[in-house]
Amino acid sequence: MTEDIPLAIARAAVVPMPRSRTAGARPAVAEEQLAYAELLDWGMKVGLLGLTASFAVYVSGVLPPRVPLADLPRYWSLPVKEYLAATGTHAGWSWLHLLGHGDFLNFIGIAFLSGVTIACYLAITPILFRKKDLIFGWIAIAEVVVLLLAASGLLNVGAH
Amino acid sequence: MSRSVLPAWTGIVLAVALTTGVAYAAGAAPAEAGTSALPWWAWPAILFFVTFALGIVAVLGGVGGGVLFVPIIGGFFPFHIDFVRGAGLLVALAGALAAGPGLLKKGLADLRLAIPVALIASTCAIVGALVGLALPTRVVQTALGASILGIVALMLVAKKSEYPEVPRADHLSTALRISGIYHEPTSGRDIDWKIHRTPLGLATFVLIGVMAGMFGLGAGWANVPVLNLMMGAPLKVSVATSKFLLSITDTSAAWIYVNNGAVLPMLVVPSIIGIMLGSIVGVRILARTKPAAIRTMVIVLLLFASVRALLKGLAIWN
Repeated sequence: MTEDIPLAIARAAVVPMPRSRTAGARPAVAEEQLAYAELLDWGMKVGLLGLTASFAVYVSGVLPPRVPLADLPRYWSLPVKEYLAATGTHAGWSWLHLLGHGDFLNFIGIAFLSGVTIACYLAITPILFRKKDLIFGWIAIAEVVVLLLAASGLLNVGAH
Repeated sequence: MSRSVLPAWTGIVLAVALTTGVAYAAGAAPAEAGTSALPWWAWPAILFFVTFALGIVAVLGGVGGGVLFVPIIGGFFPFHIDFVRGAGLLVALAGALAAGPGLLKKGLADLRLAIPVALIASTCAIVGALVGLALPTRVVQTALGASILGIVALMLVAKKSEYPEVPRADHLSTALRISGIYHEPTSGRDIDWKIHRTPLGLATFVLIGVMAGMFGLGAGWANVPVLNLMMGAPLKVSVATSKFLLSITDTSAAWIYVNNGAVLPMLVVPSIIGIMLGSIVGVRILARTKPAAIRTMVIVLLLFASVRALLKGLAIWN
């Protein structure tokens, strides 16, 4: 979804430019930025494809859902805590034990998409340290820690 | 604007209004009734069509999908706002993941600008998500309505600067070596840029992160003005970096929603597919539209959705 970009491009043409120079070769994109982009591209495609496939399995009934499809409208208007209690569902990573159910199979794709960024940061961290870009290397590590903490399931609001 | 385009985009906006109206009528007061007049499969189908239309409107209106998704789906569909916010984050995340690689490879999104900002925004998005899930539903609805009104005000008053004047880079951005060159295809020139007011900008991302996590709105509506007007990054770099930034900010908040059970695949997947397909169609018809007119329609849609959220939160219109 590149919705904002074409508008920006359309609006940018008539404004006086700041310091600029006639382009010869295009400005080089940093090594870590390209590495990040490559991994992100790959992960996004795999994740979206996987999510679409698992959803097809879910709605087709190939794998029985834990919450029957016909019962869903009774539950989806409940606050999350009540939903979990009413359906007997546990939050956190408990979905890993329920992958035989069509509804929980979708969490593989959701977790994959939510994990791609962590992988991208892990990929660029060695590059940053090799280039002696120590501040950004440590910021990247801090970001990985933050995202892993969010993913860990340790932070919750009593939904279990 | 081409004459033939007017009915096209008006029709899209009307389609959003009509389908959400049908959805509302069919699922009116679902929380109390716990039932729906429609079969289960009708809801993801309606959701797909509405998000498809939202994807088009978002592109034409120059806004992110998340900022339209949460108030409209939360206001007029029977799904609880907890699940709508979780889906909104994943919708924004999927869009950002899809756009990110191209923007990074072209050098429009700048990783060096994004990394420090992302650390602050993603950390604060976790806090926002935890607070948002802990608050009573009515408080969330009311705050959401007020926030969308604020976003509308921001859209109305905030100007954009293609190339903001940055007389001198500040000490922090100099120390972090945040600056760059990007290729401007319309002129065939390379543009040097640098930023200023970095500490203030980074501090603002505390608030942006909290709001992104709390309401699942994405945060492009705030990222762009801060990066562009406050910190002085060129508009294209700001827009592209903002889009990429969402892939990091929304990741942290999305995990909180996933781990707290606030993600329903039946809501998430049709929304992601619908809004992404809509975005693709939107980009194709963008060249034949007049952005200002569509932006006005988006503002009207957001105003209506925000009033709905406010009235829902205040128990005036359930």
